[in-house]
Formats: sequence, structure tokens, C-alpha cells
Amino acid sequence: MAYDKFKILNSTAVPLNIDNVDTDQIIPARFLKATERKGFGNNLFRDWRYNSDDSPVESFPLNNINYNGKILIAGKNFGCGSSREHAVWAIYDYGFRVVVSSFFADIFKNNCLNIGVLPIQVSDPFLAEIFSQIDEDPNSTFEVNLENQEFKIKKLDKKERFKISVYKKDNMSNGYDDIDYLLNKKKEISSFANKFIY
Amino acid sequence: MTKTIFDKVWDSHVIEKIEDGPDVLFIDRHFIHEVTSPVAFVGLKNRGLKVMYPERTFATADHNTPTINQHLPIKDELSAIQVKTLEKNCNEHGIDFWGLGHKKNGIVHVVGPENGITQPGLTIVCGDSHTSTHGAFGAIAFGIGTSEVEMVLACQSIMQQKPKKMRINVDGELKSHVTPKDVAIFIISKLSSSGATGFFVEYSGKVFKEMSMEGRMTVCNLSIEMGARGGMIAPDEKTFKYIKGKEYAPKEEEWDKAISYWSKLKTDKGAVFDKEYNFKGEEIEPMITYGTNPGMAIPISKSIPTSKKSDSKASYLKALDYMDFKEGDQMIGKKIDYVFLGSCTNGRIEDFRTFASIIKGKRKSDNVDAWLVPGSHKVLKSIKDEGILDILTDSGFKLREPGCSACLAMNDDKIPKGKYAVSTTNRNFEGRQGPGARTLLASPLVAAATAITGKITDPREII
Repeated sequence: MAYDKFKILNSTAVPLNIDNVDTDQIIPARFLKATERKGFGNNLFRDWRYNSDDSPVESFPLNNINYNGKILIAGKNFGCGSSREHAVWAIYDYGFRVVVSSFFADIFKNNCLNIGVLPIQVSDPFLAEIFSQIDEDPNSTFEVNLENQEFKIKKLDKKERFKISVYKKDNMSNGYDDIDYLLNKKKEISSFANKFIY
Repeated sequence: MTKTIFDKVWDSHVIEKIEDGPDVLFIDRHFIHEVTSPVAFVGLKNRGLKVMYPERTFATADHNTPTINQHLPIKDELSAIQVKTLEKNCNEHGIDFWGLGHKKNGIVHVVGPENGITQPGLTIVCGDSHTSTHGAFGAIAFGIGTSEVEMVLACQSIMQQKPKKMRINVDGELKSHVTPKDVAIFIISKLSSSGATGFFVEYSGKVFKEMSMEGRMTVCNLSIEMGARGGMIAPDEKTFKYIKGKEYAPKEEEWDKAISYWSKLKTDKGAVFDKEYNFKGEEIEPMITYGTNPGMAIPISKSIPTSKKSDSKASYLKALDYMDFKEGDQMIGKKIDYVFLGSCTNGRIEDFRTFASIIKGKRKSDNVDAWLVPGSHKVLKSIKDEGILDILTDSGFKLREPGCSACLAMNDDKIPKGKYAVSTTNRNFEGRQGPGARTLLASPLVAAATAITGKITDPREII
């Protein structure tokens, strides 16, 4: 088993209403110099979260004591740019298990699913509703139901279905990863490798 | 059934199709570097696994390495440990490692093609989003995360949903001083930085047909900057000529077999794409970015537009605020502090030739710090052999040693806070070239013209 099983999550959320957040913002390159996967959460959104003298930027949502929770709500095209999985490690290490946006970059989305962070793509109007709900009441809770593929704004009792393949859903809910699957396919892989491609 | 070149290469590598899930895709070639591979090797160790086909993986140190005094031990402790860890992992698993000082060392997307490892019809991956570069040869090449690096090391395969297909045609002629970089930035400015997310792109039309292999690499390299997983160009005589005789290229009988296979790698007439765009070469001008993503770009002679409907106004203004620019500002004449020539986008010999063609016989502006970083030791050698180094030196420029350098500023090559850099790289994200650094992406021609004058300069104005 590669990561925690995911079934249902009830949590408040942290809003980051900025479009095109790239992985250099999620974790700047100078913090990628580790040879083990630990401690990345401290540098999540480093240059937006801290001033150059390491004091917290008060206006940044992660530093706002009103915002908490295991769900990150982000503007569209979240996670674009570099393929660094460190970005998702930082998000996970900080304590988020779900990222919601109206649009995700491809590699980022794959990286999320590979380590057990659930990327949930919702419609633009629904995303706007989530943001305004948090605006109104930072203690608003949300429910993520993986089995039913639903994200619910609990106070409004409003939900939207999200997409995930049967395969990935199965992985997430059982905590399996792709290597667990591929290791059972080694025979097919080696006979494929022996075929001369030209 | 008619197929695109992408279908042909993808379908021939599918080991298994999972219903309502990804395809199990066989990977022919795998590149690794010091930054995105160590945790993958830790994963292997924890699971007690070996590398399945070490001869299909190639390793180089490039991302965090210094660009001066490479013969000395790496000063930065964490970088040194990462490079050492890569070397140790490669030795342990029997993987070819091209460390600092090795004659094949350089940026992963420069050394793959220049040694003949990158070939048409292959599937190629690397834990780096600019792996799309290799698509210039008619390969399916894309960036992956570290979990996937572990998959490829362990099983020579990854699990991927087949992307949708997009074709971008650019016909007609390019105007003078319009380079492959301008073509790519122009396309991204039209499609936006997320306009091709979910797609794999095929570039076709006269402009790409007439483009050099290195130009095609620049274009395919930037595919990821509009969100595409990768881009590819059908191989032709130019492709075959580039590969022939390279160390890892097929030889003798194998070569003939390869050519007959490679020649079939083109999109069938009538094959269907999910999306198509058509542009004319004549509409493209030398381009420059003004914001904090590569889609925020305009022809160099134009002024910064007011926010479009498709942008969220707040995000747009946040970007301009970071750059300390205003809507309506002219780009030409803005003062520049740094010029950077290099990276997997524009760090090849043609880029240095192009740069040299502008600066020859002129002096570097005293107001500009210029960092010129070759993409590899082979590029560095050609710069010396072709006399380009003399031209650079005579004009007051210095050359550094190969690596990714200030493109992502993992090493000491960081643009200081608040300073402006015209860069031939691929990303103008906030802080990409150093905390607080302000990046303007452009071609080697624009970079050269700017290095001479110290302000943003249209290369057509330099005589």
C-alpha cells in the first residue's frame, strides 16, 4: 500500500483565489535540493507566504488564522509549469488532502493522484460559489465523497459531481499506486521489450 | 483507419488498455537528473526493487550545478549531495552517468538529441516538463513526476490516459529576425498558458518543414508552456541527417531498418484531430513577454494590452504589479539589468550563432550583466571550434560552463530581486530566476540586441 486510503472527508477549506498558480510558486526551485521526501510543507508557497526576512506575509491565506482545513481551493489552471512532484509533496506535507479548482495542469493532476492527494475539478460558477461561501464564513465545511464523486457545500446543501476514472478511484480508496499494478505486469512488459520496434 | 503520427507511436507502445482507466505504456528511453530522481530511488529501495532495464535510462547532472569552476567540488552542500546521490544510484543500478566534467554532460534535453539517443517513433520520458523537446524528432516525449520516474525505473512503463490530439499548422514564410522561439511564443500568446492542456500537439506546415532540427526542438520544448503534455513534428530527411552517425544512432543494417520505419511516421491524410489551429508565418513578429506566464506575450513593438475578458482582472494586474509594468506601457526602450542566453529552450549551437551574429563587432552595454551558458559540453566545444568564443570575448561577453543555470536558478545563478532579465528561457513565473526576479522571455536575437543597448531593443533596429 502506497498511501492512506481515501473515502469521505469533511473539512473546512483554505481559499487561494489566484489563477495560473504554477509549481514554482507552490514550491520554488531552491527548495528542491532534498534527497528524501520530507519537510516540504514548510516551504509551500514560500515566496507568497513569507517576506524575504522570513516574517509571514499577513495577507496570505495560509497565514490567516481564520482559514484552516484539509482542502485547498484554488483559481483556474492550478499547478501549471514544472513537473516537480515536490509541489504535491509540499501540499500533502502541509496537511492538504484535496485540491479543488476549475482547471488543473496535466502533470500536476497525475502527480496528485500518484501520491494520494485528490484533485477535484469543478465548474467555474461552482468554484465561485465555494469562494464566496468561505468569504462569508471561513468556518464553512465541505464534504468530499469519493465513492459518489461529489463535492458538497454543506451549508447550502449544494453539490457537484466530479470526474475520476474507475481505476484511479479504486487506487485512491484502497491506497494502491500504479507501481503495485505494474509489478504484476512484468511478464507482459518484458515480452514487449523484446520486440524489435523498427 | 486513418491515424495521426501521435496515434501510431502511442498505439504501438500500449501494453494494456485498462477500461475506464489509463493505458499501460512501454517507455523506450528514460532520462534522469539529480533533482527529480533521488526520491524515486528511495522508493525502489523501500520496495526492494531493481532497475528493470538500466541500459534504457541515461543520467546527467544539470539542474543545480554551478556554471563556473566545475572542476572544483560543488560548494553548495545540498547540491553536492544531490549530484553525489545520483552518481551513487547510477553506479548501484548500472545506469550511464554523465556527471560534471564528463564530455557528454549537459542539459538533459540537449544531450539526449546530440548523442543520438532521441529518435523518431520512441517513447521518451524524464522527470522534467521540458522533455517535450524530444518531440522534434517525431518521438512521443513528455515530462513526468517522481512517482512515475520510479515506475519507469522499476517497470519500464507508466500508466497514462491517452491525451486528446491537436494540430497547429503554420504555413507561409517567416519574416526576417523571426526565430523559432518567436513562433512558439506567438502560438502560446494566442492559445494562452493553458490552451493546450489535455492535448498532445502536432506541429505541421511549411514553417516547421523549413525549420532546422534545433529550431524544431525549441518549438516542441515550449509545448508545455501552453499546457500541452508534448508536441511533435513528423520526421523527415532533416531529422535522419541530424541523427546519422551519432553515438547512439542505429548503425548499418539497423540504420536501414530504422529509416524504413521512421519514414512511415506521418499523419495519414484525413486523420482527425480534436482541435486544429491555423496561422500564417507572415503574422509573426519578434515576441517578448511582459507578465508572469509565457502566454502574456506581445510583438516587441507593441504596448502592454489591457486585460482581456478571458483573464481574471485581479490575476492579470497582480502579474503586472509584480513586473512593475502598467497597461499600455511600450516594451521597446525599457531598461534591462541582465541578459541570459541558454537553457534547454535556447542553449544550442544555433542559438549561440544567432546571438553572435548580432553582437559581432559591437560592445556589450556596461549596464547589463550577461550570462551566456551553453547547453552542453559539446555545444561549448563548438562555440570554441567555430570561433564564436572570440566574437563573444571581443564584444565584452564571458562564457560560462554548461547547465540549466539561471533558467530555474537552483544554483548560484540568480537574478537579484526587482531586477529585469531578458532571458532566452521558457518560464517568466514569479521568482523563477531568483526570488523577486523579473523575467522577460525572448529570442536569442532580442537578447543580443538588448545586451548591446541595455534596454529592450528590436533586433531589426540593430545594424
